[in-house]
Amino acid sequence: MAKVSLQHVYKIYRGEKGGDVTAVHDVNFEVADREFVVLVGPSGCGKSTTLRMVAGLEQISEGDIYIDELRVNDVAPKDRDIAMVFQNYALYPHMSVYDNLAFGLKLRKFPKAEIKKRVTDAAGILGIEKLLERKPRALSGGQRQRVAVGRAIVRRPKVFLFDEPLSNLDAKMRVQMRAEITKLHQRLQATMIYVTHDQVEAMTMGDRIVVMNNGVVQQIDTPLKLYNEPTNLFVAGFLGSPSMNFVNGTLKIDNGAIEFTELQGGAIKLRLEASEHFREFSGKPVLLGIRPEDIELAQFAATNERSTSSFPAIVDIVEPMGAETNLYLQTGAHTVVCRSQKALEHREAGRRFQFDINLEKAHLFDPATGARIV
Amino acid sequence: MKRVSFYALVWLVVLWCLAPFLWQIVTSLKTNAEIAALPVTYIPRHAGLEHYDALFTRKPFARYLLNSFVISGTSTILCVGLSALAAYAVSRLRMRGSRLMLAALVVISLFPPIIFFFPLYEMMRAAGLLNHPLALIIPYTTFNLPFSIIVLATFFRGVPRDIEDAAKVDGLGRLQILWRIILPLSTPALATTAILVFIFAWNEFLFALTFMTNDRAKTITAGIATLSGTTVHETPWGPIAAAVVVSTIPLILLVAIFQRRIVQGLIAGAAKG
Amino acid sequence: MKTRASDQTFGALLISPAGAFVFCIAIYPIARVLWLSFFAQNLATSLQPKFVKIDNYIRLANDGHFFATLRTTLFFTFVSVVIELVLGLAFALLLNQRFRGRAIARAAMLVTWALPTAVLAWAWSWIFNDQFGVMNDLLHRVGILARPIAWLGSGSTALFAVIFADVWKTAPFVMIILLAGLQNVSGELHEAAAIDGANSWKRFRFVTLPLLMPSIMVALLFRAIQSFGIFDLIFVMTGGGPGGATETLAIYTYNTYLRYLDFGYGSAMIVTSFLLMALCATLLYWPLSRTRGAQFATE
Repeated sequence: MAKVSLQHVYKIYRGEKGGDVTAVHDVNFEVADREFVVLVGPSGCGKSTTLRMVAGLEQISEGDIYIDELRVNDVAPKDRDIAMVFQNYALYPHMSVYDNLAFGLKLRKFPKAEIKKRVTDAAGILGIEKLLERKPRALSGGQRQRVAVGRAIVRRPKVFLFDEPLSNLDAKMRVQMRAEITKLHQRLQATMIYVTHDQVEAMTMGDRIVVMNNGVVQQIDTPLKLYNEPTNLFVAGFLGSPSMNFVNGTLKIDNGAIEFTELQGGAIKLRLEASEHFREFSGKPVLLGIRPEDIELAQFAATNERSTSSFPAIVDIVEPMGAETNLYLQTGAHTVVCRSQKALEHREAGRRFQFDINLEKAHLFDPATGARIV
Repeated sequence: MKRVSFYALVWLVVLWCLAPFLWQIVTSLKTNAEIAALPVTYIPRHAGLEHYDALFTRKPFARYLLNSFVISGTSTILCVGLSALAAYAVSRLRMRGSRLMLAALVVISLFPPIIFFFPLYEMMRAAGLLNHPLALIIPYTTFNLPFSIIVLATFFRGVPRDIEDAAKVDGLGRLQILWRIILPLSTPALATTAILVFIFAWNEFLFALTFMTNDRAKTITAGIATLSGTTVHETPWGPIAAAVVVSTIPLILLVAIFQRRIVQGLIAGAAKG
Repeated sequence: MKTRASDQTFGALLISPAGAFVFCIAIYPIARVLWLSFFAQNLATSLQPKFVKIDNYIRLANDGHFFATLRTTLFFTFVSVVIELVLGLAFALLLNQRFRGRAIARAAMLVTWALPTAVLAWAWSWIFNDQFGVMNDLLHRVGILARPIAWLGSGSTALFAVIFADVWKTAPFVMIILLAGLQNVSGELHEAAAIDGANSWKRFRFVTLPLLMPSIMVALLFRAIQSFGIFDLIFVMTGGGPGGATETLAIYTYNTYLRYLDFGYGSAMIVTSFLLMALCATLLYWPLSRTRGAQFATE
């Protein structure tokens, strides 16, 4: 097993007429031995390109990638001791499942008995023993996915790379495979790098998550740290569903406390504990970030005068989810989503309620830089 | 009633397509006397194979057939092999100017053979290749390259890139990827291309007529012309009819077996053209 | 892993064998013909090349026979291609229907396309034979002809006969291309047009035909260029006769080279007729390049 380290890695596509495109910009992170790291971000953010540079399928324009202590920039994919699971499975259609699994080992001149043992073991782990003689086209999507994972397992590589492996599966299958890959990681105790655009996959699977946007790493942290302490607007808005509410307003010092007032006569007004950083923004525009689950109907919120702040709003739309209810609130200037624990019916739409905001979970962002004000 | 007339139309079209060929079969089975008898008979009175017999005993017709097979077969293998390499480069490697090259190939493939035949004749004569199979194999290979490269490149583009990447991670070199992954996956396209190249080579006339002057070196298309009698008025229609039938049988078999493939190949070639 | 650079070298390596063939066997001859066209190399010069500047072209401009063959070629091309397109379209519309035996009908047409022209030309010579030809016999039986015609013996009927044979041989090719185009026209469009109140003719005229235009242009371009260079069919059926009535540019060029051994002049003829062909093809290709995107956007 091994660790992977990326140092000042760039991917620059040279344009025909000098119009270069920087797909990956100064990426630095380290994956520890046996760690499961997820690269997440919207499509085109450079996460797949980063992974493919680790695999050796893309040339590294600048910077260095190390697997253990070895700089692998100029090492061919086959010599990096990595295995990769592809989005479209990339099974060889003209080979049986057995041959698909055995192919990489055959090329590395493993003895026949060893190949058979490893393939049988991997098939056992994945529950595909009965499919070994089939061709890929005779398999379902989930089965193909297992074979693709199996092809990586038999290699017993230093690092497993996953490139959006679940995005072609249906929703139910995706949840199941998600759990299986997590289980696989626990069982194999291997170093894994996993790329996805799905924040739920990232949150549920990763030991640590690397959030990327426009080729730049936004934040690297554990799932809960990312969720609770996002460094900027992008990370705050990307993780969580429904996503975080952002409310435009201004800060003002009032009797030693800091007061946030929603713009254009919106109903939200908060009193926050003063801190040095907040003071700098006195009289300036800021963005209030509050997650839907941190807003609740006043009558049901845990009453704690000091840590909550109340505001009235008209409920525009009611979306009963069963366990909870999504409410779209009209504050007068913004539409804000509230995830209420209270079950409301559609007919409640149009009524005015009082809502509480959990001040401990409220974040302020600098609209100019997007950074969170701490 | 509408249904009946529709089917009548269909069978009329089929008859129209096959009639000249069917008429050759009828003619080839007639005796010389019946061929030159009036009124024309539509069913031979004394059907016999004497013209076929004459073809193989009095003329080196077996030799023509063999030449056609050897020349068409060799050109097909060469052409498909060379095109596979080139098509892989054009479709999968980020080659600069590959689009331009494809366009140039299309233009060249549209030129009629008459443009090339004299310089090629000079070249073959200078190289001492006249009456040698290579005199036809080389041009047949060349002039079918554009078509096959285009058809194969179209197909190669359809092979998912992920599979190639997986092969790289598994440890294949680039030539191995072509040989062990792309080509096995492309057997349908290779077969389609091969069939079409074979047909084109088998049917070529102008080069065959001019480069192969020795009777034993001729291919079918040029050979049949030498069946004509001593004078213009003595055209031996019986043996010619038999020759037409024999020389077209391989093609009819190809069409019967690979109908769908041929249609796909033609469309791929034409769509890109 | 210097992907970009080594991809180029590796690609060049893969292309080079095919490239060498194309260069030596296709590109070089074109240059050679161009070169020869400025030389006199014929029996008068004892087959030795002698530089004559543009004399060959001047001679060509005053060669009435050349213009006669050019006229014949254009006439042959125009008439045969128009009939082939109409017939090919009719075949394609027929085969686009679902019916029992469709595979057989398609195979019959494909056979027609696949057979060697030079060989089937013999079959057509026999059909059009003046004494024992089946064409005369059939026309006589249905009462159209009172006396047999020497089809290949007189100018206008010989031209008719070769056009007839050419149409028979190549209409199936047009059919294949157009059938592919038809199968891209979705049934839903027809249903929508039917609901809008279009009868079957209007559906064909306003839905099928416009969507089929790219395919028609492809077939037209292919067929026009091939027709322009027609050689084998005419060489076998009439040899260009009678009295030059069916002599096309390719036949005249062939004769100039191999019968009159006038290599320089033959080359000038090729260069000139090729330029004419390229001009026509460009004129045809121009509208084609604008319309084809719709249909072949899949590339």
